[in-house]
Amino acid sequence: MAEFIQGLGLPEALATFIIILIKIVAILMPLLLALAYLTFAERKVLNYFQARVGPLHVGPRGWLTPIADAIKMLFKEIIIPSGANRFLFLLSPVLAFGPAMAAWAVIPFDAELLLADVNAALLYVLALTSFAVYGIILAGWASNSKYPFLGAMRSAAQVVSYELAMGFALVGVIMAGQSLNLREIVLAQQGGLWMWFWLPLLPLFVIYFISGLAETNRPPFDLAEGESEIVAGYQVEYSGISFGLFFMAEYANMILISVLTSLMFLGGWLSPFEGIPYLEEWFAWVPGIVWLLLKTSFFLLLFLWVRATFPRYRYDQLMRLGWKVLIPITIVWLILLGGAIVGEVGPWFD
Amino acid sequence: MLENYLPILIFLIIGFGVAVVMLALGFVLGPQRPDQAKRSPYECGFEAFEDSRMKFDVRYYLVAILFIIFDLEIAFLFPWAVVLKELGMFGFLAMVMFLGILVIGFIYEWKKGALEWE
Repeated sequence: MAEFIQGLGLPEALATFIIILIKIVAILMPLLLALAYLTFAERKVLNYFQARVGPLHVGPRGWLTPIADAIKMLFKEIIIPSGANRFLFLLSPVLAFGPAMAAWAVIPFDAELLLADVNAALLYVLALTSFAVYGIILAGWASNSKYPFLGAMRSAAQVVSYELAMGFALVGVIMAGQSLNLREIVLAQQGGLWMWFWLPLLPLFVIYFISGLAETNRPPFDLAEGESEIVAGYQVEYSGISFGLFFMAEYANMILISVLTSLMFLGGWLSPFEGIPYLEEWFAWVPGIVWLLLKTSFFLLLFLWVRATFPRYRYDQLMRLGWKVLIPITIVWLILLGGAIVGEVGPWFD
Repeated sequence: MLENYLPILIFLIIGFGVAVVMLALGFVLGPQRPDQAKRSPYECGFEAFEDSRMKFDVRYYLVAILFIIFDLEIAFLFPWAVVLKELGMFGFLAMVMFLGILVIGFIYEWKKGALEWE
């Protein structure tokens, strides 16, 4: 593919540009499709948890429902409240959606299959995932309406609190992987199931996933929406595709958190049977990206499972969990981990 | 080295571009029939009786300040974490002292009740 375009005789800069564009489309298209069908999966999974059948009517067995949803959203009126700041009101869904897409630039899908192999990959991802809070707080402010404002205040405090726990968990991953490059972090986990970072970093692994739930405003941490108390939080005044962008950003962020968790703690594209006799050879033909997708799907299922199982946190409980439980645990574990690395403990850090 | 960042720049532009295009499509494809009731801020069916840019609890502000301290801390930890193995015992102990000072501050704010929400 790349050779074909380079062989066309285009100027080199243009050829490089086109190749990058094709790669980006090859990441974005499956991503958009995946997030459309994640909404479908969510409805189906939740419905089966509650002994219902879920959407059935659009397309064969309901399989076209997300497509119909997307078309419906596009054709709905975008209502801008009279008191709103028009520019910020329309800017905030863009600010929520853009980073959720752009963070995928540094995600490696296989040892060779990645768009940008940069040294600061993890820093970039952290920066873009924290960017999401701007979309929410601007939406709440620009709407000039009470419920969005309350939702935005809650959400801003929540997201920054859990970002700390998330950041500390990432520091643990960097210490163990000795790199900010996601590809090198995965390669540092080679050597089978017990070498993956989920074991030496077990508390950080759990905390990272919990903070991921809170960062994406998913239940049980969805106080920003809290439909039974503040209606839909920062999304109240949004309609049509301006709401749809927030909605898609949330699901794209869910997929992103799941991929990152798989990459950093579950060995990414590495086979779980590495080092196990017979099983390793039998599954050697499976391409790495399949393992990565399986692991990602597992975490996505966990997202939905948690939603079906746990009731929403109260706000004081939420802040207590973030500040008084997660942050102390991460700090203690970072010091233990530092000692283990300097002392070259176990099979992981020798 | 720097050319590795070119795809990221293009991806950022496309990411935000997709959002802008979708928003524009929404304006083109959707109807535009605003009226007074539709454009009024939502307040459970009542007329809004007060400006919505109201006072809010100072603790949100406090959380933001505490966040900055801890986030800076994490920013310091990042480069240290990458090279910890080369730094060895000296680097480790230095960071333990740094973390220790932070933990003292953390305990202080905990005891002061800055983390309480009732």
